Amino acid sequence: MAGSAWRSMLTLGGAVRRPALSSASFSRGMQTVTLIPGDGIGPEISTAVMKIFEAAKAPIRWEERNVTAIKGPGGRWMIPPDAKESMDRSKIGLKGPLKTPIAAGHPSMNLLLRKTFDLYANVRPCISIEGYKTPYTDVNLVTIRENTEGEYSGIEHVIVDGVVQSIKLITENASRRIAEYAFEYARNNQRSSVTAVHKANIMRMSDGLFLRKCREVAENYKDVKFTEMYLDTVCLNMVQDPTQFDVLVMPNLYGDILSDLCAGLIGGLGVTPSGNIGANGVAIFESVHGTAPDIAGMDLANPTALLLSAVMMLRHMGLHDYGNKIQTACFDTIRDKKVLTKDLGGNSKCSEFTADICRRVQDLD
Amino acid sequence: MAAHSAVLSVSKIINPFWGGRLGNTVKVFGTTLTSHRNKTQLTGENIPPPAKYGGRHTVTLIPGDGIGPELLNHVREVFRFSCVPVDFEVVHVNSALETEEDINNAITAIRRNGVALKGNIETKHTMPPSVKSRNNLLRTSLDLYANVMHCQSLPGVQTRHQNIDIMIIRENTEGEYSSLEHENVPGVVESLKIITRNNSLRIAEYAFRLAREKGRRRVTAVHKANIMKLGDGLFLQCCREVASGYPDITFDSMIVDNTTMQLVSKPQQFDVMVMPNLYGNVVSNVCAGLVGGPGLVPGANYGRDYAVFETATRNTGKSIAEKNIANPTAMLLAGCMMLDHLKLHDYASSIRNAVFTTMNENRLHTADLGGQGTTSEVVQSVMRIIQSKGQLTAEL
Repeated sequence: MAGSAWRSMLTLGGAVRRPALSSASFSRGMQTVTLIPGDGIGPEISTAVMKIFEAAKAPIRWEERNVTAIKGPGGRWMIPPDAKESMDRSKIGLKGPLKTPIAAGHPSMNLLLRKTFDLYANVRPCISIEGYKTPYTDVNLVTIRENTEGEYSGIEHVIVDGVVQSIKLITENASRRIAEYAFEYARNNQRSSVTAVHKANIMRMSDGLFLRKCREVAENYKDVKFTEMYLDTVCLNMVQDPTQFDVLVMPNLYGDILSDLCAGLIGGLGVTPSGNIGANGVAIFESVHGTAPDIAGMDLANPTALLLSAVMMLRHMGLHDYGNKIQTACFDTIRDKKVLTKDLGGNSKCSEFTADICRRVQDLD
Repeated sequence: MAAHSAVLSVSKIINPFWGGRLGNTVKVFGTTLTSHRNKTQLTGENIPPPAKYGGRHTVTLIPGDGIGPELLNHVREVFRFSCVPVDFEVVHVNSALETEEDINNAITAIRRNGVALKGNIETKHTMPPSVKSRNNLLRTSLDLYANVMHCQSLPGVQTRHQNIDIMIIRENTEGEYSSLEHENVPGVVESLKIITRNNSLRIAEYAFRLAREKGRRRVTAVHKANIMKLGDGLFLQCCREVASGYPDITFDSMIVDNTTMQLVSKPQQFDVMVMPNLYGNVVSNVCAGLVGGPGLVPGANYGRDYAVFETATRNTGKSIAEKNIANPTAMLLAGCMMLDHLKLHDYASSIRNAVFTTMNENRLHTADLGGQGTTSEVVQSVMRIIQSKGQLTAEL
């Protein structure tokens, strides 16, 4: 059933080589996690998650930090040093939504976080939620998106007045790294195939390089089937029959579009978890929806996305029992349909939804 | 047109080395010079092409690869059967060759005839990167700047979403498809995405004109200006400028990832969408999937002087080639769009109605729609319906 599919598919643990020392400290005692509440509805959903974790008695100690960009020495934008120091120490982060203004002075906050911690892989498992009906059933796929380069390198110039050039950067190292992560993930989570998504017929050299690296890495993972498919074909087939896809690996822009497309298939960003894996064992789990400024502070937000990302985090840390407990409670609440928030089709408040989940978690003990 | 080419040739004479480099900027300025003169020619107002002798039009036909040749043969069969006054000049393009001679012949033929119907030409990865996509070459050489696709839910086709009616207008020549790539350092490849003010204004003008012509209420620009601030920011700005000249049409914008999400949950909210090249690729394929698949939707590429018609999703369909299972609907409807462009509206309507009747009433579906029909069965049915309507036809 979908429940057991969730359990096996959400383990990120095996895909990241954790240093031997910290794996011992994960299981006993309180584990520190850097919490970044974010903007808009961020603070209220973070509070909801903390409440639920408290009810589940999970051994997590939260360290709240703010990541609004500041101008460091030398004029470069950076995240506040106390946030960076906290993340480097705890290695695990949970992040709420951050504001990204259009055409403003400083770079996007999410981009800044990615550059600081070299979060090279964005993993989004998209699995249909039982209680939440969408036109697409039985979706069970994972999108793995290269998160550091590609079209989002942020390098743009005005060549002549009226002509703008945007540079898409593809490097061998980044392509190899993401391909390796994708195959490791597939192997550790018992996924049968990895599909590389590209547009190498048009962008011969750049996507060609990405594809070549994927092929090379596939040679070392003969137990996982490797296929390649054009971006347009994937989009076409995805909306007709999403069950044919398993793990998808792709460069930045295609990953952005496809992962949101897949999120739309299962019910939107309000219910989709997401994890970012970085070099040096850093992992930041986040809710990928926006800040929803129109409902901020009104106790109407849906904490499911952040909660499911937190569950992903628990599994990554090896705390599977707590993860399963909280997830079961969450799904039962959604399936029950009695206290759903507005975006899920009900008209309850966020606090009521949270309280219901807390109650179920305590009952499950 | 004359001023434009004069400027180009002058630049080539003066500076043969820089000719190519300046070429683009000159093209950009050239279009500004001539654009105000051609404002009336922007949408379906294109002057009917000159290749008409004895009341018969000549149209270039490029079979392409995969299912292209067989589907285009069916189109010719239906046209011959309906006594459509169109002669096809067939130009083959061999995708296995590295030289560009074939595609240049095709481009010359299209310049001569003004109109073309084509299948998709395959781009093989095994060839070196200097061998560019033939389809892309065709579009940029002929400056077919607008790709128009109309996605409509068909009553006879079972899909998850109903009542979809979206027109997608996609910039067809620049953006990510500029084919400008280089490897400065080994292992680091840069691909350039070019957005120009002139092309963005041009495509936005086209979109709004088309919307007004077809009585549409809303135009949505799809972009990613929160990340690509300069590039897509420019595109969005141009759309807003053009929108201000059309107060009767509502204009809004949406970020591309949100757009795809909305498309799979509530596609009925969209009316007309305009966007740069790559997002156009994604969105048009998503919409085609939503209404029933690649075998149903025709697409048209319009330039100022030329028009090329093909299937909207541009698939080669190698895996189903020559098995008689491909869906001929998209290619037949593309042929009808071409007939409309040639002002042969009666023939276009008769063939189109026959296709829709086969699809909706007779429910004769090919494998991609979940049915058991073969391509030839569908085509035979179309021809029978045309004959039954009492018009002049050849032998069945």
